[in-house]
Amino acid sequence: MAVDPEALSALAQAAVGDALVDAKIAVGEVTLTVERGRIVDVLTRLRDAADLQFEVLLDIAGVDYPAREERFEVVYHLLSMRKNLRLRVKLSTNETEPVPSVIPVFPTANWLEREAYDMFGILFSDHPDLRRILTDYGFDGYPLRKDFPLTGFKEVRYDDEQKRVVYEPVRLTQEFRQFDFESPWEGVDYVLPGDEKAQPPKA
Amino acid sequence: MAETDIRPFTINFGPQHPAAHGVLRLVLELDGEVVERVDPHIGLLHRGTEKLIEHKSYLQAIGYFDRLDYVAPMNQEHAFCMAAEKLLGVEIPKRGQLIRVLYSEIGRILSHLLNVTTQALDVGALTPPLWGFEEREKLMVFYERASGSRMHAKYFRIGGVHQDLPAKLVEDIYAWCDPFLKVCDDIEGLLTGNRIFKQRNVDIGVVSLDDCLKWGFSGVMVRGSGAAWDLRKSQPYECYGELDFDIPIGKNGDCYDRYCIRMFEMRQSVRIMKQCCERLMAADGQGPVSAPNSKVVPPKRAEMKRSMEALIHHFKLYTEGFHVPEGEVYACVEAPKGEFGVYLVADGSNKPYRCKIRAPGYAHLQAMDFMCKGHMLADVSAVLGSLDIVFGEIDR
Repeated sequence: MAVDPEALSALAQAAVGDALVDAKIAVGEVTLTVERGRIVDVLTRLRDAADLQFEVLLDIAGVDYPAREERFEVVYHLLSMRKNLRLRVKLSTNETEPVPSVIPVFPTANWLEREAYDMFGILFSDHPDLRRILTDYGFDGYPLRKDFPLTGFKEVRYDDEQKRVVYEPVRLTQEFRQFDFESPWEGVDYVLPGDEKAQPPKA
Repeated sequence: MAETDIRPFTINFGPQHPAAHGVLRLVLELDGEVVERVDPHIGLLHRGTEKLIEHKSYLQAIGYFDRLDYVAPMNQEHAFCMAAEKLLGVEIPKRGQLIRVLYSEIGRILSHLLNVTTQALDVGALTPPLWGFEEREKLMVFYERASGSRMHAKYFRIGGVHQDLPAKLVEDIYAWCDPFLKVCDDIEGLLTGNRIFKQRNVDIGVVSLDDCLKWGFSGVMVRGSGAAWDLRKSQPYECYGELDFDIPIGKNGDCYDRYCIRMFEMRQSVRIMKQCCERLMAADGQGPVSAPNSKVVPPKRAEMKRSMEALIHHFKLYTEGFHVPEGEVYACVEAPKGEFGVYLVADGSNKPYRCKIRAPGYAHLQAMDFMCKGHMLADVSAVLGSLDIVFGEIDR
């Protein structure tokens, strides 16, 4: 890469201006957190800044953190082919607050935002065509949310009597098993049976 | 005469159409034979890979990457392994890097062979696929001899590769290289100067570089439009920086340029493979194939017979797996179809918290509407062929 992360972070922060919430550098990658309402403005500035030129939007990823007050993070990955740089821009939202759509800046955001909507139920305002994209026609629920079960709710099969595919609630012949192989000596935060009276180790 | 209400003629292209390259459903709105609007319906092959990965340990997750772009499986594994290695801070020994590069290039040839020849099939030539598949079969045997599996190899592991290559295999791959160039010549002899092939591809699906950037294109699609952009050169990973190869650039950004670039890239891949084989056979290419980190890389079977510690590590790695430190990372490789990226969020446990897969074909297919508008119906399949679409990675 042409520029080291510190310099890139400084340049990007200057371009983003007062919409910045937080900036950090980890494993050589720069991450900026910005205000939700200003994302269109932020990406436009990053694209048009002469010393950055982030002209390619690679990806929009949703991440679900159910414990947080605003549970979703929307992560934009940017690439500058001319300057050979990469940048990650983040913002947070919840189930009801829409994120401004960035299609006017990057047309490729269309499907990426549809996917985030399909998988997480993240809403995008001013999106021309916010339909589901990857899931089945008539699908209900948001599969990548942490509270959505891995097995789903519906299963399909071909019914020989009705001569068509039918949807039925998922029936498991054996209870779904989630193996927890985490070592009880380092992984768990509950009190082990028999250990109730033990004092926690002094740090 | 009374005014008639003219409305566009709507047809379904796919999902069971041989030229749709899998399970693509295109809803085409036509004015006569001219395409007015394309609405791709995708997701018919959606398997919830990202959700499944969240429920598997890091080692188990690798297997899902073979099933994304199933014509070049190892290139996908590579991106995931690199993402996890970045977080773990694991360095790959030289021999491991050479094997990874060797098999990534085999994957590139596998994918380009399939694409170039089926692109020809889409516009009416039947022979190229027959010739191309013969070579693909040989390459899959190399996959099988390294990993035990023709396609879903799961050969790249976090920290290196699963097992060392036998010396005979490296020799055989080397011996395959030069005769393959002859096969490339033969395929090119059928297509490059072919009048029908040119009529169907030249000046079809032209994309300007500006549009490429807007639509998030990568790989052959941007190179066809004139950008000298290849991650192997611009952001070198593994030992690509030490190897000698060229990047072809197109001038016109049409389907024909993209075909020419793929043919050229196959020859360059052979060049890289030969360099890798030479170095794997030389004295300085010997050594371990995976990192000497027993907390990540499982021990060899022979070690386990004598060492208690190795036995414990083996047990722990195949039940609990290893813990990846908290953090987020984006790692990408130059897959045959473009930039294949993995955005990995780790929470410090033995499973990925979130693994977003950035598939190059997703961005390319999205631009179908913009590329096909104003073209004839017959050009849709030519454009689709040159986009290099594989549904495993698009639908995930």
